[in-house]
Amino acid sequence: MSAVLCPPSADVSVMRPAAGRVARVEKETHDTFTLRVESPDEASPLAGFEPGQFSMLYVYGVGELPISISGDPEERGSLVYTIRSVGAATHALVTSKEGSTIGVRGPFGTSWPLRETRGRDLLVVAGGIGLAPLRPAIFHVLRHRGDYGRLVVLYGARSPKDLLFRKQLAAWNYVPDTQVLTTVDYGGLSWRGYVGVVTTLFRYIRIRPDRTTAMICGPEVMMRFVVTELKSRGFPAEQIYLSAERNMKCAIGHCGHCQMGPLFVCKDGPVFPCHRIGPWMDRYEL
Amino acid sequence: MIRTATLTGSYKQIPFFKGLDDSHLSKLEALGHELTFDRDQIIFREGDESSFFYIILSGRVSLEVTALGRTLRVQTIGENEEFGWSSMLPSHGKQFQARALDSLHVLAFDGPRLREACEEDNTFGYALMKRLLSVVSHRLLAMRVQVLDMYSPGVKG
Repeated sequence: MSAVLCPPSADVSVMRPAAGRVARVEKETHDTFTLRVESPDEASPLAGFEPGQFSMLYVYGVGELPISISGDPEERGSLVYTIRSVGAATHALVTSKEGSTIGVRGPFGTSWPLRETRGRDLLVVAGGIGLAPLRPAIFHVLRHRGDYGRLVVLYGARSPKDLLFRKQLAAWNYVPDTQVLTTVDYGGLSWRGYVGVVTTLFRYIRIRPDRTTAMICGPEVMMRFVVTELKSRGFPAEQIYLSAERNMKCAIGHCGHCQMGPLFVCKDGPVFPCHRIGPWMDRYEL
Repeated sequence: MIRTATLTGSYKQIPFFKGLDDSHLSKLEALGHELTFDRDQIIFREGDESSFFYIILSGRVSLEVTALGRTLRVQTIGENEEFGWSSMLPSHGKQFQARALDSLHVLAFDGPRLREACEEDNTFGYALMKRLLSVVSHRLLAMRVQVLDMYSPGVKG
């Protein structure tokens, strides 16, 4: 008698990477780069995605890792990833030569609640590289500006040289009914913006908790403080969404690497409503 | 250039004073005066015995620290926020440098005179200290999160 530990996936092809050609590598900051990846075969383009989803990117001979998609979801034909170089695989990705080939699986996971929030105000709170998975949602809202109410983007980074997408952040501030505030943990004398943790920006914005949905992505400790701040301002947990990050391997809920209690970040997330993921945050090795 | 001016708005509109009795507000009105600072003007330097407690009416202030030969901005504060609260303690030099980031309009209170008023009227003093403690507590929490350096690549979560 043989024991089946894990039922086979209904579609094993999700485990097989498609070839992706690195079409462009753009330096964003001293350690963060944006890659545009296309299918080498125009007849079979890479699959589209929903804002908030991620792909598994495979650098042949180095390793595979989950990377959030940071491009415009309505721009078809290529997928855009913003990657911070922190280890061997991310370093290999950001130093990819244009024209080289990587493996791409996905997209996987849940997305930001952009259908459910039509007509509502949106508060986007991002920290560090956490702006990357939120950027597709911002692109979507700006493309469909009339479908949403007020858009407020709060973004915190370590220092001015770590701020991502600075030109875009500045441009978004000129879109009607849109407010973008950035802050850094410390800055030199040439930095004339805000200094302080991202929650200190709340005092400079006007939000109505009864008609606003919050979407947050950043380090877990930052998200925890943002959630506390939002709740103190009367936000119901059901209107707060978070994107969680865990070590993922299979991306389809089989291997258990990304398990948080009863949840698998890869298939039940990475985007969760706060009331669902709250009890499991900041708890590792579950 | 520092200029004194006449306060035209009501102290009741200032969040820091929200909920204070009229008699306490009158006491504060007698002690406070308005000041303006130009953009980039230093309000006080680290170690200064400058004794004023400030509430920002408009503009922003950068709190700075000089270390290893360079000056870093460690916090910005804006409208309706308070700074210079070390003046509420006896003989404490300023721990940070404060600089006007924009054209700045503040309400200033002389620390020793304010402390004296608190000693004379303990109910007033308690009401003021409760508000001050809330400011210090929020500032401390923000600073604790800031020193976590949570965006550093080596920091988990």
